[in-house]
Amino acid sequence: MAGHASKQIDSKTLWGGQMSPFSTSYGKLMMWFFLVSDALTFGGLLIAYGFTRHSCQDAWPIGEETFNSLPFLGHGYPLIYVALMTFILIVSSVTMVLAVEAGHRMDKKGVVKWMIATIIGGFFFVGSQAWEWSHFIHGSEFGKIELEDGSMAIVKGHFGEVENFTIFEAGRHHKVGDQITSDDMDLDHEYRHAIAEGHVENNVITLHDGSKANISKKDNEHMELMIKTDGGERKIGDHIKDHDLAAELYNKTVNAGVKGNVIFGANLEQNEYGPQQYGQFFFFITGFHGFHVFSGVIINIIICLGVIRGVYHKRGHYEMVEKTGLYWHFVDLVWVFVFTFFYLV
Amino acid sequence: MLRDDVIEYSLDAHHSEEQGKKIRKKIWQVTAILTAITIFEVAVGATIKQSSDYWQVVKWLFIGLTLLKAGYIVLVFMHLGDERKAMRYVILVPYFIFICYLIFIALYEGTALGNIWTLYRA
Repeated sequence: MAGHASKQIDSKTLWGGQMSPFSTSYGKLMMWFFLVSDALTFGGLLIAYGFTRHSCQDAWPIGEETFNSLPFLGHGYPLIYVALMTFILIVSSVTMVLAVEAGHRMDKKGVVKWMIATIIGGFFFVGSQAWEWSHFIHGSEFGKIELEDGSMAIVKGHFGEVENFTIFEAGRHHKVGDQITSDDMDLDHEYRHAIAEGHVENNVITLHDGSKANISKKDNEHMELMIKTDGGERKIGDHIKDHDLAAELYNKTVNAGVKGNVIFGANLEQNEYGPQQYGQFFFFITGFHGFHVFSGVIINIIICLGVIRGVYHKRGHYEMVEKTGLYWHFVDLVWVFVFTFFYLV
Repeated sequence: MLRDDVIEYSLDAHHSEEQGKKIRKKIWQVTAILTAITIFEVAVGATIKQSSDYWQVVKWLFIGLTLLKAGYIVLVFMHLGDERKAMRYVILVPYFIFICYLIFIALYEGTALGNIWTLYRA
């Protein structure tokens, strides 16, 4: 960026009311001021997150334990998905800065090409975030369990799939002896839902229509429990690595038939990952950022249409592209901080 | 030039094809740096656990790398590095003073509150 910003101008001319002391147009300066105020909002949110986290101390969830899944591939990939999202956003920031550069050469075709690439990147990011939210809301395969002494634990291991339900007490829809397989319904989902509602007791599931069925399920393997809330015996930080003991404790809780003993996923009242506020901060911070990305995509589309129609070419400069670029880079900048403070540390 | 006119300043931002080549080279360099930092962060985050003895070092490393990434984005991608010094300071200095104060007070108070809860939990 050559031009006025780097030119030597004597201070009398510069500050004497003859010109802008910053050598910047009004619009660009106001975009910067808006971004500073927006940065204060995000700074406030992240600092509030830090405050809550420091007051909860060891109970706070750890990013790489909470976010370790990939679409289609399952679990065991800590942070890879968010890293991919970060990469998508960085790349779309690059295409945006290339659009701005093309604008400085009055290269209309270049501006259109790079802006479209930016818009596509933006949609990819918003889509990724939708998956991330869905995954966060639905939760892990095991959920968070409450043990007999009142302590709460998160669970790691391989979930043994549910094979079928065999009805032994008829309800409104199912007859005695019916066998429900994965062709009829999503058995794992049904099983988890029933556990959360307290409808599983001693390996017997009560289905929606009131019928009771025996559960045929493979054993969970490689089970481990990590205590996240103090109880009578077990304390925060305890890690039960004995697979058999962990499986026994888990099955006991699951088969107790008490609603609320096992929590799956997250909503605004409770979540399986950690303290209540964790879910709220997740929804609010990533949601507010996602809203910024979405509005950024919309603004980019509007400006891109302007470029295609030749509005800015006629005007003699592409400063509008530069200004939306500032907003778009800011969104990337915020994500860099969210990535570090929500996921990494 | 007597007035703060949008068009005049915006025209100053134009550059030639040769300058553009240099600028594009710089953009791709910064892209490579940002990508490398992100990959490095994830690799370290996945291998060194929070219970590790090195965690404090890693944590501050992450924060340092984040500020480095933010610096590249603001100064190169947002072109703040190419603006006048006065404008750079007007944007950055008040923000940093306020945010540093807020971080200090919030984390200090948060820790104190946590200690009180731990103390009176029983």
